[in-house]
Amino acid sequence: MENHSHEEHGHEHHGNFWTTYIFSEDHKVIAKQFLITGMIWALIGGTLSVIFRLQLGFPNANLSWLKPLLGGWITAEGKIDPEFYLALVTMHGTIMVFFVLTAGLSGTFSNFLIPLQVGARDMASGFMNMLSYWFFFASSCVMFTSLFISTGPAAGGWVIYPPLSALPQAISGSGLGMTLWLVSMALFIISSLLGSINYITTVINLRTVGMSFTKLPLTIWAFFFTAIIGILSFPVLFAAALLLIFDRSFGTSFYLSDIYIGGEALPNEGGSPILFQHLFWFLGHPEVYIVLLPALGITSEIISTNSRKPIFGYKAMVGSMLFIAVLSFVVWAHHMFVTGMNPFLGSIFTLLTLIIAVPSAVKIFNYVTTIWRGNLRFTPAMLFSIGLVSFFLTGGITGLFVGNSAVDIQLHDTYFVVAHFHLVMGAASFFGMVAGVYHWFPKMFGRMMNDKLGYIHFWITFIGIYMVFFPMHYIGIAGFPRRYYTWTNFETFGGFTDLNMVVSISAIVSVGAQFIFLFNFIYSIFRGKLAPANPWQSNTLEWTTPRHPQHGNWPGEIPTVYRWPYDYSKPGAKEDYIPQHIPFSETPESNLPHESELIKLEGIDNTMRVEEKKHH
Amino acid sequence: MENAVDLRLVEEPKKPLAMNPKKFGMWLFLATVMMLFMSITSAYIVRQAEGNWVYFELPPSFYITSFIIVVSSITMHWAYRASKRDDLAKARLHIAITSVLGVAFLVGQFIGWVELVQANVYLVGNPSGSFLYVITGLHALHLISAVVFLLIMLVAVFQGKVSARNMTKMEMCTTYWHFLGALWLYLFVFLILYR
Repeated sequence: MENHSHEEHGHEHHGNFWTTYIFSEDHKVIAKQFLITGMIWALIGGTLSVIFRLQLGFPNANLSWLKPLLGGWITAEGKIDPEFYLALVTMHGTIMVFFVLTAGLSGTFSNFLIPLQVGARDMASGFMNMLSYWFFFASSCVMFTSLFISTGPAAGGWVIYPPLSALPQAISGSGLGMTLWLVSMALFIISSLLGSINYITTVINLRTVGMSFTKLPLTIWAFFFTAIIGILSFPVLFAAALLLIFDRSFGTSFYLSDIYIGGEALPNEGGSPILFQHLFWFLGHPEVYIVLLPALGITSEIISTNSRKPIFGYKAMVGSMLFIAVLSFVVWAHHMFVTGMNPFLGSIFTLLTLIIAVPSAVKIFNYVTTIWRGNLRFTPAMLFSIGLVSFFLTGGITGLFVGNSAVDIQLHDTYFVVAHFHLVMGAASFFGMVAGVYHWFPKMFGRMMNDKLGYIHFWITFIGIYMVFFPMHYIGIAGFPRRYYTWTNFETFGGFTDLNMVVSISAIVSVGAQFIFLFNFIYSIFRGKLAPANPWQSNTLEWTTPRHPQHGNWPGEIPTVYRWPYDYSKPGAKEDYIPQHIPFSETPESNLPHESELIKLEGIDNTMRVEEKKHH
Repeated sequence: MENAVDLRLVEEPKKPLAMNPKKFGMWLFLATVMMLFMSITSAYIVRQAEGNWVYFELPPSFYITSFIIVVSSITMHWAYRASKRDDLAKARLHIAITSVLGVAFLVGQFIGWVELVQANVYLVGNPSGSFLYVITGLHALHLISAVVFLLIMLVAVFQGKVSARNMTKMEMCTTYWHFLGALWLYLFVFLILYR
């Protein structure tokens, strides 16, 4: 799949092609493997969405021209098969949430940035890191295969609620397709856990001299919290999936009870489908933040660098991420307000859910105040980061509506919810990922991406995404339910035909715009302008490595860290940035009084450490 | 290039926590195992609260296996202490005893399943029985992996790869064994309390 994709022009002196690019233990190569695989998945997921948007926007169109691609899934009348439509939305959700925005985002940037920004030679365990990618690859292969089997891929929604997903008799997608989905997700969970264990261990144990927790870039804080959330929540999904596997394959009744098919009762007695929802959403909600936090971390870094200002409220940023991480575990039942849950319990979950607005608002406030009166540099990465803040705000506000148990009775499972989570989690995280690629591309490939194409990509995508998801709020409030194949039979929704058409056209344009990015990406790997050592005049440690860092990252010693990563536009300083490895003794002109005090420690600290070393 | 930095600095990154990354990773792995069992046991509670829950006695052999696993933790600790003192003969003996006890535990768990079947409690049926099979089965799978780990350690001791100065793997193995023992005790008490 990606054998050809991550060639780098560096020269590893040891190791052949296979150990350098394929079975590599170098975190930078593994990061690129995650990125390329994630991009391929993003293309597949995007294509699926275009196909079902065609159905929703143009319900009467003849789609028989898609026959070469979809074959039997297009009916004789040139329509998309209704069951295949369900498979399309299911796979779109699964692919985007797990394969693109979890593995593609966290896998890429945690792997790439953690060792480079904390000052480590590599991850704590390169071997486990390699395993993490290859489990993901195996998981990808299984999921990819499921797209091509005759009964179709899983079609019970990405949340795979039983009994629909548990009974092969229910829909054809719940047969082999669902089995492959579960196998794939089991492999995915292993991959994610291996990755998370490595990220946490590296951040805690392998920081360079002087890199205290208060000097960590916010990216690292975000990846750190993400990994902790992953460690705590993915095993729960594993348990949920395991019990579902038992129900499907071994005849147990964890989730099944009193089911009649064709007038005949199934033997399953005593199960509870709601139990699955509890287990699923105990992962499912933290998963939202697994997807979002890395994007927020990336944005913090990019916005500060390109505003040439210290991030506003560093500690508040860390605190709010911690708060979000904690809260993410106690709000899961807000996905289940209409399952007949105790209204009092509903109020508690409403309250806890609405509290998340506080740390989220802190973050948005800090982003805006960082940008406020900064010397803004509108690089493509900066634009995408600002776009993220915009989506996070508009999508977050609707969270106040759907998070409310009373309002949710009307809005549950409508396009309002679709609009909400696509903006706040889908588009925001996607923008974080793209911003990260634009920003760290020079470090990854030693070349620059084209700015102009980046601007075109940004504006089409930004406007396109709003045109896709903003109208969905209206459609949703009008009551149109999600996952419905068609609504032409309902008089009520007749007035929304045009709006749906607009949405579909915007979706197609937005997906199309990603090819500009793809072209820019591939072209720049080979033909881009050579990148200077520190193209964005950034403070973090990764820019102190050579243009093509080899395995081990720094040719000499790992730099020592003396200051926090956000010394931008410090009054009195010669330049508007002071990287983290510059000692205070070299910048007497800009030191604050307490920093000048630290100069004395710098020498002592090192001699002490040298002595320590002699003893060993 | 900015990487021509301060020449005074030392190459090895300071270890801010005095913990070996491997051991630390091990603890994180244990956290994931803990979460797995936590979620299944809480699913058990949630499901039980909904009623339609068939009552049955826990198989008697579980009491014996609980005793075995406690004893095996003691012998494991002796093995750990012996290898810390470089007393390899004793370490070998105690690791071997622990492995045998581990296998005895697994056999006992299997006998427990046989007893369950004799009491007409099957994997397929009311979830109260299914849960018991899944919980004990998952624990047994983890214990098998720990026995494999023990055998690896046994070979390592024979090859002289374990010594007072090379204890990382031995410590990890000990941690894992104690963890699984404690986990079983938790599960056992849980199963007694929530019938």
